[in-house]
Amino acid sequence: MTVTERRPGRAEVAPGSRPGPARLRAAPLAVALVGLAGAALVAVLVGPVRLPPGAVLAELAGRLPGVHTRSGLTRQEAAILWELRLPRVALGGLVGAMLAMAGAAYQGVFRNPLADPYLLGAAAGAGLGATLAIAYGPDTASWPVDLLPMAAFAGAVAGVVAAYALGRSGGTRTATTLILSGVAVAAFLTAVQTYVQQQKAETLREVYGWILGRLTTAGWHEVALVVPYALVSTVAILLHGRLLDVLAVGDDEATSLGLSASQVRLVVVGAATLATAAAVAVSGLIGFVGIIVPHTVRLVAGTSYRRLIPLSLVGGAAFLILADLVARTVAAPAELPIGVVTAFFGAPFFALVLRTARRAP
Amino acid sequence: MRRSLLSLVLLLVLAVVAAGCGQDGSKSDGAAPAGQGATFPVTLDTPAGKLTLDQQPKRIVSMSATATEMLFAVGAGGQVAAADSNSNYPKEAPKTDLSAYEPNVEAIAGYKPDLVVYSDDLGDLAAGLGKLGIPALQQPAAKTLDDTYAQLDQLGRATGHVAEATQLAATMRAEIAKIAAAKPTHQLTYYHELDKNLYTATSKTFIGQLYGQLGMKNIADAADKDASGYPQLSAEYIVKADPDLIFLADTKCCGQSAATVAARDGWGDLTAVRTGGVVELDDDVASRWGPRVVDFLKTVAAKVEALDPAGS
Repeated sequence: MTVTERRPGRAEVAPGSRPGPARLRAAPLAVALVGLAGAALVAVLVGPVRLPPGAVLAELAGRLPGVHTRSGLTRQEAAILWELRLPRVALGGLVGAMLAMAGAAYQGVFRNPLADPYLLGAAAGAGLGATLAIAYGPDTASWPVDLLPMAAFAGAVAGVVAAYALGRSGGTRTATTLILSGVAVAAFLTAVQTYVQQQKAETLREVYGWILGRLTTAGWHEVALVVPYALVSTVAILLHGRLLDVLAVGDDEATSLGLSASQVRLVVVGAATLATAAAVAVSGLIGFVGIIVPHTVRLVAGTSYRRLIPLSLVGGAAFLILADLVARTVAAPAELPIGVVTAFFGAPFFALVLRTARRAP
Repeated sequence: MRRSLLSLVLLLVLAVVAAGCGQDGSKSDGAAPAGQGATFPVTLDTPAGKLTLDQQPKRIVSMSATATEMLFAVGAGGQVAAADSNSNYPKEAPKTDLSAYEPNVEAIAGYKPDLVVYSDDLGDLAAGLGKLGIPALQQPAAKTLDDTYAQLDQLGRATGHVAEATQLAATMRAEIAKIAAAKPTHQLTYYHELDKNLYTATSKTFIGQLYGQLGMKNIADAADKDASGYPQLSAEYIVKADPDLIFLADTKCCGQSAATVAARDGWGDLTAVRTGGVVELDDDVASRWGPRVVDFLKTVAAKVEALDPAGS
């Protein structure tokens, strides 16, 4: 269902305006949070290995301060719960939240409904970084840190910086030039990546395993890696929700309202890139989350970015947790690649969004 | 794009399993072109139809690492003019930059081959060679040990080393029978890791059948509902199954080792980790179907013997 608003949320917004209907109300956020909590709970209780739900709940409660329970889980089952299942759910939630938020932010900044977190070369850059690390990186097995996520992170950031620099060099800094330079940078980086991987054919398997995207090897280490970036970028983007609403009326109009469109763009793209790079570094390239989650939220809760961004954040987390639940249980004890699940549900959904959008006034 | 990536990955898993193939323990230097039993013309049955060689090939290009190992093992090494970039065994193999993944027919033709041996017909290799009139012999990834023996026999006839090939196959059969006869009384479970995303091979695959020779039980069989033979397992399941032995066929490709396995979240308490049952294999030996399968089986058998309670 679509919410018909008497006036588009963006129109009433001007810098310094007081809270209006475009603001996030408590009810939808509460619904989203309850949904996320439910998804997380199911994902913790269900997995390829059957753990007694009561025992799992008792085990979880036992970690709360002041509570002492005996769950009856064996040592092995406790390890499965604490070291394999929980970090995977946590990482799925974090990555989903980051990708959905970044997608929503990109769509706002570029006023383009097809924008996704990988638009400006983040994916191609991360792919090149990961490939270089796999092909030429030193043997890091004995290192305390893993080179691969760092290389992917650096690659994603470098890709976007290159696109930004190229987009600016033309003098005009419109959203369109940025997107076009993103396309150019992505094509170039992908070319280099393909070349490297061909020179080192023995790395093909690992490179593709990485590119396909996965949460299969998630651990607390990966979660800890993402959290700081997630916090910084989330705060930055949430603070810009109102400015994104202003930007939605167009660069010139925003400028006439005293807002520097290119400056907002720089900050939001920077924050969204951090979020994307952190997600990509630990999980590879997981598609569709950044597109379908924000669009669903738009359909349900309206287009204001002050609602869209927090709801996308929560919805993205829930969506990826559920997608991963499907990925690890449908063919259990085998895994489905998570990208298959998100695309399987994402692609038909995307067609639906396009149809609905065309019918809208 | 995601879908094509996925199919690529699946292809690659197969290709790597295939590409890693052939090796042998025998060190024939193959300088003698005309072995015993050489009769030409010879007609061979290939997956692409009949192939007739009028004369003994003197300039073979091998586009398959397993075929390279087999050619040297049957004594035809001296006739190999060039081998693809994966042909890293034996050392005297004339390894070149030729890519088996993206074969370039012109580059192959540059070696003026009178026979090209290949495993996978990628990039229309067969059609390209056909246009140039270069005889091409396909030897796809073996599904069983019998395929391996048949390919050795075929290469022996194709290169004029029939007796050596027959002898080699007989030796392999005898050695494998000897190893299998000493299989442990206690059935051990195992997990064969293809990469660190936990792709594995079931007991139906070529490598799985080799483990089967030792009476071992594969933990991945329960996961192979789609019958690809190469499922991706979930970590939870592996921890729950708690195999006696973990074989790492991703030591070269992906830098895995007993230490990295022990350091994985939730893996530290596994039986194999605690009892020294994590075995670091040579990726190549574990993924080729040539003569070195005997070496592979010896490695596995030695480990099984060390862990077998009845044998200790």
